[in-house]
Amino acid sequence: MKLELRGITKRFGSLVANDAIDLVVEPGEIHALLGENGAGKSTLMNVLYGFYDPDAGQILIDDEVVDFDGPGDAMAAGIGMVHQHFMLVPVFTVAENVVLGHEPTGVAGLIDLPKARALVKEISDRFGFHVDPDAVIEDLTVGAQQRVEIIKALSRHAEVLILDEPTAVLTPQETDELIAIMRQLKEAGTSIVFITHKLREVRAVADRITVIRRGAVVGSVPPSTSERELASMMVGRSVELGVVKDVATPGDVTFSVRDLTVIDVAGVRQVDQVEFDVARGEIFAIAGVQGNGQTELTETILGLTQPATGSITLDGEELVGRSVKEVLRAGVGYVPEDRSSDGLVSAFTVAENLILDRYDQPPFARGLALDPALARASAVDRVDEFDVRCGSVDDLASTLSGGNQQKVVLAREMSRPLRLLLASQPTRGLDVGSIEFVHQRIVAERDVGTPVLIVSTELDEVLGLADRIAVMYRGRIVGTVAANTNRDVLGLMMAGVPHDEAVAQAATHRTMLGEADEAAGDSSEGDS
Amino acid sequence: MSARDVTPGGQSAPPVVAPATTVQPGRGSQVLREIVSGNALLSVLAVLVALVLGGVLIGAADPHVQKAAGYLFARPGDFLQALGNAVGGAYSALFQGAVYDFGADNFARAIRPLTETLTVSVPLIFAGLGLGIGFQAGLFNIGAQGQIILGGIFGGYVGFAMHLPPGLHLLLALIGAMLGGAIWASIAGVLKARTGAHEVIVTIMLNNIAIYLIAYVLTLKAFKRPGSTNPISPFIDSSAQYPLLLGSGFRLHAGFLLALAAAVGVWWLMNRSTLGFTFRAVGANPSAARTAGMSVTSTYIWVMAIAGALAGLGGSAQVLGTERVLTAGVAASFGFDAITVALLGRSKPLGIVLAGVLFGALRAGGFAMQARTGTPIDVVLVVQSLIVLLIAAPPLVRSIFRLPGPGALAVKGVQA
Repeated sequence: MKLELRGITKRFGSLVANDAIDLVVEPGEIHALLGENGAGKSTLMNVLYGFYDPDAGQILIDDEVVDFDGPGDAMAAGIGMVHQHFMLVPVFTVAENVVLGHEPTGVAGLIDLPKARALVKEISDRFGFHVDPDAVIEDLTVGAQQRVEIIKALSRHAEVLILDEPTAVLTPQETDELIAIMRQLKEAGTSIVFITHKLREVRAVADRITVIRRGAVVGSVPPSTSERELASMMVGRSVELGVVKDVATPGDVTFSVRDLTVIDVAGVRQVDQVEFDVARGEIFAIAGVQGNGQTELTETILGLTQPATGSITLDGEELVGRSVKEVLRAGVGYVPEDRSSDGLVSAFTVAENLILDRYDQPPFARGLALDPALARASAVDRVDEFDVRCGSVDDLASTLSGGNQQKVVLAREMSRPLRLLLASQPTRGLDVGSIEFVHQRIVAERDVGTPVLIVSTELDEVLGLADRIAVMYRGRIVGTVAANTNRDVLGLMMAGVPHDEAVAQAATHRTMLGEADEAAGDSSEGDS
Repeated sequence: MSARDVTPGGQSAPPVVAPATTVQPGRGSQVLREIVSGNALLSVLAVLVALVLGGVLIGAADPHVQKAAGYLFARPGDFLQALGNAVGGAYSALFQGAVYDFGADNFARAIRPLTETLTVSVPLIFAGLGLGIGFQAGLFNIGAQGQIILGGIFGGYVGFAMHLPPGLHLLLALIGAMLGGAIWASIAGVLKARTGAHEVIVTIMLNNIAIYLIAYVLTLKAFKRPGSTNPISPFIDSSAQYPLLLGSGFRLHAGFLLALAAAVGVWWLMNRSTLGFTFRAVGANPSAARTAGMSVTSTYIWVMAIAGALAGLGGSAQVLGTERVLTAGVAASFGFDAITVALLGRSKPLGIVLAGVLFGALRAGGFAMQARTGTPIDVVLVVQSLIVLLIAAPPLVRSIFRLPGPGALAVKGVQA
């Protein structure tokens, strides 16, 4: 099936989310749609899937104009979509989820579950998905849930499959499996539209890459295009992809965590006997798949959660048992993993957010009285220094883009003398340009001799920033390794495989991304 | 650099970004935030729409209008005239009973309604200010009724049982009233902070307890007027009364000035003090406030205590000013009306003062309307209730006046 979009335009008020976009997906092609957050990729796919009516333009299937009133029409026309956040009922089985909405019925309108099971089994076997039709969704891994979504789409005879940021939630190994599945589907004649902002992945799997920036198509290029070129197309200027930094010169160890165990209200050991040290002038990164105790670890360091056992010392002072305010006063700069819920008050102005944890201290407060004029003046300086793009410091934080919100958080946390910088997912959801800036600031903080602790689920970020890496899995630290550790080894460690074993396994089982990585490394060497 | 993405302004949020894991605040606090962040225009329009709908009711209840409606198609002019007479007459009576009486024979009598309006507005402004602080801090405190009663009991007791020099006596009585309200409200604050008990439930219950508490207290020897069998306290000492502002011919007392001063104080507290900064941060985003080192639980207690103290002052306005005696009906329905006042005033001090005066006018004028035109005073209640309804449903008011929504998010909800 050939899918063509012609001149698709979609406006939201004064915002042009899609501006006359043309896109052709050939039969059996993996077509990557590359663009930053907010570039208009998802809007385009929602138009294609019938969620939105385009303000202008046409959708053509096999050269015939079609008109979708809703997702039902799009599905009937052979378009399937796997959303970034899965649309599955957690307590239903795989078979029940797959047939949800168009259940095969038997006598007296009862659901024909055996038929549903057979359907799942048939598709699962055809592509080697290894999905049990009777498994309950909530018991499955994220990767398996995603395969269920794909089965769901295929069971409705999708000939064009849209995958919206499918790798955002996967471990490197799961990503690898997904890439294999995408290739298989392509062999079977299914076209795939692969939405992502990750350069490495598109080069590994796509047949054709269309780059979108600010709602318009910048260009359509072959996968042999270098990452650097793709990035500059995405951002509109040349960007530094890696993190530019000198070799670390670690000083004394000033931050230590010993035998730290955190047990949550349900009695689960979220952090299990964790120990590590961070020295002045080094960036220590904790890698791991989301939900392996990193959140609890950072919250415990900040004093939001009390540990069951263990100690956390900063410059020889014990932090356990102190309030959040005391920990912040001790010189800890904290960048929370979720800026919108923990980092900012979106109904407050930029200036107010910039003093959120210092508002009650001189010079911003004299006794009970605030000094709003001083807060504003100081905010103007901070906004300037951290290149926060806002109309004025009196704008509400909610009007800023994600990247600028993150800069506000960083500006607040890094504009006081720090004895530890603790940043969790410092670049989550940011565009390439903002990521570059945030990384530069973090490295600059390291270079003035502050110990820096980074928690990140993005392997690229960990590899780019860290001087040493610890991998966390189910609350434990699987191992601490050097910064130049192989990506495949780290990926295996993130799945709980101990270091030595991971090295052995990685040597025999190469991942496609790892290979693409090496190819990219070769070509970039060729460039320079 | 493209950090701005394609979002030139805040008005239309980019429809492609889906916050995946934002902590969902309670539905109640979301509603509160919506109400608090609404603009003054919506408040004014809500009042207008409520008055128009009230007019429809007045017309429907009027016998002349009913009669004229019988031959509406034969002589529509009659119907419109009757309607105009009924509605115009009622609202004109309402205005004359609340602001300026054109028929009065001298100026003092003519402005008397206005002074009554201001007198009635005093407890509404005090209690509304307290509730407004709570709303801004994310607390749906609806216990002003009980807090007014406790303020009345404490302030009243100091007023009639102690005998002190003028000035000092009033001051002490006011402190007593604030303390009474603050203690009562703090019960809800402490329970919320320590156990997470929802303030709506607790304050409703405390209202009921307060109503029975005052009925009981007035049976005690210490509170009962000697020689009276009625549940009524002795008169408040003149040394503990609010001074009258316009002489003995008018009930308007210095409580009104104190209420205005309190409004300024609340403005300073919320916008210029560190305490208010904490309150607003906790109200807008408790998890960010906690992460920034603020104590959310002690904030709850502080907010409730201050709100209770203000409501207690509202009780003092009744006992030490308007009524000068403590009865079981001291709080009337001020505590409940104050909720509407705070909502209508968008929890902002100036707005609350204006809304308090408006509600004082409705209440004071309602009696005149009933007396002069026979329009039931219940119409005032209906208008008040409609205002609440319209404020609670901003989209309704917006659609009536075709105002733009808060962001073009009409097609939201599919991004999961």
